[in-house]
Amino acid sequence: MSAATPITLGETGLFDPTAPLTPSGNLRRRGVINRFVHVTATAAAFAAVAVLAIVVVSVAVHGASSLSLGFVVHNPQGLAAGGIANMLLGTLEIVAAATVIALPLGILTGLYLTEFAGPRARTARFHKLALDIMQGLPTIVVGLFVYGLIVIPTHQESGFAGAVALSIVMLPLIARASQEVLLLVPGTLREAADALGVNRWRTVLTVILPAAIGGIVTGAILAIARAAGETAPLLICDNIYNQTSTSFNLFHGVPSVPMFIYTSYDLPLTQAVARAWGAALVLVIFILFANFGARVLLARSRAKMGR
Amino acid sequence: MLAGVLVVVTLADVIYQLVDNSGQAIDRFGLGFLVHTVWNPGFNKEGAAALVYGTVVSSLIALVLATPLGIAIGLYLSMMAPARVRAIVGPLVEMLAAVPSIVYGFWGLVVLVPFINGLEPGLHSALGFIPLFGPASTIGISVFTAGIVLTVMILPIISALSRDLFLTVPADLKDGAEALGATRWEVIRGIVLPSTASGVGAAVMLGLGRALGEAIAVSFVIGDVTQIHASLFDPGSSIAAQIANDFLGAVNPLETASLFYIGFILVVIAMLTSIAARGIAGRFDVSAGMLAKP
Repeated sequence: MSAATPITLGETGLFDPTAPLTPSGNLRRRGVINRFVHVTATAAAFAAVAVLAIVVVSVAVHGASSLSLGFVVHNPQGLAAGGIANMLLGTLEIVAAATVIALPLGILTGLYLTEFAGPRARTARFHKLALDIMQGLPTIVVGLFVYGLIVIPTHQESGFAGAVALSIVMLPLIARASQEVLLLVPGTLREAADALGVNRWRTVLTVILPAAIGGIVTGAILAIARAAGETAPLLICDNIYNQTSTSFNLFHGVPSVPMFIYTSYDLPLTQAVARAWGAALVLVIFILFANFGARVLLARSRAKMGR
Repeated sequence: MLAGVLVVVTLADVIYQLVDNSGQAIDRFGLGFLVHTVWNPGFNKEGAAALVYGTVVSSLIALVLATPLGIAIGLYLSMMAPARVRAIVGPLVEMLAAVPSIVYGFWGLVVLVPFINGLEPGLHSALGFIPLFGPASTIGISVFTAGIVLTVMILPIISALSRDLFLTVPADLKDGAEALGATRWEVIRGIVLPSTASGVGAAVMLGLGRALGEAIAVSFVIGDVTQIHASLFDPGSSIAAQIANDFLGAVNPLETASLFYIGFILVVIAMLTSIAARGIAGRFDVSAGMLAKP
């Protein structure tokens, strides 16, 4: 290589001191790819938000016409008129019963996994897998299970069977949420309680649970919101439709909002379809508000724990 | 401890109830159930092949579409979006998971079906040389439509989980790569995706599990036809949708038993998916540990 060889820059050839200071060649290509990825990812995120908007707006547009105060406080009259008060109350009863079953069991499962089984214990690992599988169970199969467990022996589709099915849907959600928030409770609190000679269960009851209560409540709200909209288990276990009276006996069929939506839609009556949309709107409003509230609560309890 | 045991006992009982109640169908059809396509309860002929096919194909459509989209959204929310946009868009994407499946069914039927119906002829003329994209169905109710609804339903699962995973990648590694002159995309391809690959795989498996088991939303848009068609634009049925549609109207005990039998098949598939997700995620824990050490 002689001294007269001009300075070269990479593969682009001769070094030209007067060239404009913009990327060219390989650098330019990398910049273009980077920009392309950025735009694509942004578009994907906003497309997802747009889909949510389309779903909510289409429910609102179709449901607005039948929504009124009377719609939520009156019982239905026949198939095409009246409100949905008895279904709202029925959903409330079923979900409340499911919560009574799932909440304590879910919190206990979370406590067991974080406080009583060591993090590396083989049984704890096994139980986490079991919890995963439970969460992955198709809800319709949960319905079949409870049908075999309760409906066949009692010869009766009932709100209680529906509640048991919903509690199986809720349990892993609550357990997972409790587990996550319990892991966030500072270890120093446990050590301080241990140093004072407090029993394990008293530590849990008086120190750890109060510290974690915000996150547990958030998990419970999310699970309740999920259960309130769940249709498949009720379709199998508590299939009541066209009932126009309020039902307070959980051991008989109890009408519910999701089942009302599901069955009304099949009726060859435009009013029935409109009412189904109205009920769907009520359900969506409740679920979105519950999610929003849970999120606010979580942010607040996180802030408190960070203190 | 007792609560933990209860979970295991419940799972065991789920299996027991499903097998117990499907006894009549198992005795009659045996494993041949899995390869017979005819579902004709009136003639006591039931086979699950068409249902398994519909379940798997609609879920695969959802997976193919939702995986890249979900990862892209996860990347946007974890690495590209300004903090304020992230605080708004993130929760909104997660809200997609909160919408109940019956609302998705409704929405699919009223909004999506006409849209897909308009889309199908275009896809057919562009990609018609592949048998999958056959002549459009007349009404837009098809396995393909079910796949699109499932895409929307599993998208928030994949994107939220992958976002959380991307946020766990140590900032040191990303900063190091950027200091060496890597562009954002090169950081993603060289650092972020390889170190979270197995976790993202687990997230995708969880999405798949959700798609496989969805009953109500699918039953609205898939068409309830127990036949196997090569074209995605023809109607079909899935295991979960078949149970939702036929359980209450079952014409004889044999059909009920058959529905329990397909329920059992579905549970086995769902359990395998969950175990696979946990297995992949377990590998991720190890690789994350290795990543943090040096």
